[in-house]
Amino acid sequence: MKKLIIAITLLGFTVATYAQDKYFTRSGQATFFSSTPVEDIKAINEGAVCVLDVNNGNVEVSMLNKSFQFKKALMQEHFNENYMESNTYPKSKFKGQVVDIDKVDLDKDGAQNVTVKGDLTIHGETHTVEVPGTIEVNDGNLMAHTVFMVTPEDYGIEIPGMVRENIAEEIEVTIDLNLEPLKQ
Amino acid sequence: MKQKSWLIVGWITILLSGASITSVSGQEDGDSMLDLLGEEEPVTNYATAAFKSTRIINSHSLENTGHGVLDVRISHRFGMLNTGYYEIFGLDQAMIRLGLDYGLTDWLMVGVGRSTYEKTYDGFVKAKILRQSSGAKTMPVTLAVLSTMSINTLKWANPERENFASSRYAYAFQAIVGRKFTEGLTLQLMPSMVHRNLVPTADDAHDIFALGVGGRVKISKRVAVNFEYYYGHPDQMPEGSTNSVSIGFDIETGGHVFQLHFTNSTHIIEKGFITENTGKWEDGGIHFGFNISRVFTIHQPKDKPDEL
Repeated sequence: MKKLIIAITLLGFTVATYAQDKYFTRSGQATFFSSTPVEDIKAINEGAVCVLDVNNGNVEVSMLNKSFQFKKALMQEHFNENYMESNTYPKSKFKGQVVDIDKVDLDKDGAQNVTVKGDLTIHGETHTVEVPGTIEVNDGNLMAHTVFMVTPEDYGIEIPGMVRENIAEEIEVTIDLNLEPLKQ
Repeated sequence: MKQKSWLIVGWITILLSGASITSVSGQEDGDSMLDLLGEEEPVTNYATAAFKSTRIINSHSLENTGHGVLDVRISHRFGMLNTGYYEIFGLDQAMIRLGLDYGLTDWLMVGVGRSTYEKTYDGFVKAKILRQSSGAKTMPVTLAVLSTMSINTLKWANPERENFASSRYAYAFQAIVGRKFTEGLTLQLMPSMVHRNLVPTADDAHDIFALGVGGRVKISKRVAVNFEYYYGHPDQMPEGSTNSVSIGFDIETGGHVFQLHFTNSTHIIEKGFITENTGKWEDGGIHFGFNISRVFTIHQPKDKPDEL
């Protein structure tokens, strides 16, 4: 009986060690920034969900478009109603891989450069993207960071002539994720 | 000895099964790793932008001005089309209301205005009591209540008699209940009550009840067709008054909403267009008009991220 208990305990440890390969967050930050001579538009989403598997580099990110907060209430309404059509396409997603995850040393502090490649889905349209990013080990957590450009037209988001001067052709997206070990 | 060997077999089995379970869950082809985080918390999805503006044409819509947002409104009605060429079909005349609306919170807005007609000042409070939503919380309709007061500041018609300031006041109360049925279709009902402190004759009712109906049909992302109609029972309506019928377009351009419309109402406030309407559509008693709304964010709600 005693042995069985030890066996179960050990089994528990095995599972826990395996689970340590995955890191997650439910409160990742996604920011986008559009800058034109007429005006700057910025929005922040503080509810991005992410799971990263450091074993194989698989990573997934998902967020609700309606969670983007704008300075101006009307901009937020137009973002959801006219551009993202958030009722039809509630989420923006990324599913891919940190292609050079093998290079990342989880025992080393400091930011380490990585490349992330995968499918980015915005407004119901998916494109393969490859973007640079960093992973920083910090007190058992992983801080993931990336900045990349997105062209709304590529994702079927029309910008009418009337506001063309106000919205940048390319929009800068910044992702900051503080990933904790996933315990199952 | 035999017992010991069984134990070893058991150990290996347990360890292997443990390993195989984790390796299976580690593959996850096709499925989302995000499922590991468990069921998503259901979110409440509130219906937004049931109308492009806080007014349909003359009436208040289901929408409120956002928290901290100032809406500067210019409502303009030309004269009636049946005034003929001499008045260039009404374009020579103008009735306007200048208004300022402000969102104290996302559900409570206040506004003031000044109308040409009877040199009227008005103020209102509008509160959203229920918000249409789906998801974690389900609510089929949006319900708002509107309370308005207006003061006519014309010179006294009979300065010789004893006049009371209270004679200038009128009130209008509305419940606005409606639903955004689809992205393109919104309908609302507006049971209304108007109280006038002073009425022209002893036969006129002080309190008038009417039922309004309004809606919008979106014809593109930035253009919508709006309509509204009020029915007041002839027995209680003032002599010669007509029911208000209006139809128009909303055109949205960034921070502005332009509303262009045809209406048989000269007044732009509830007390007027519900009870003191005289235009008849069949006789060309129609005004061409427009509303312009321009919003300014003047206060940043604290619940927004600091970095914004």
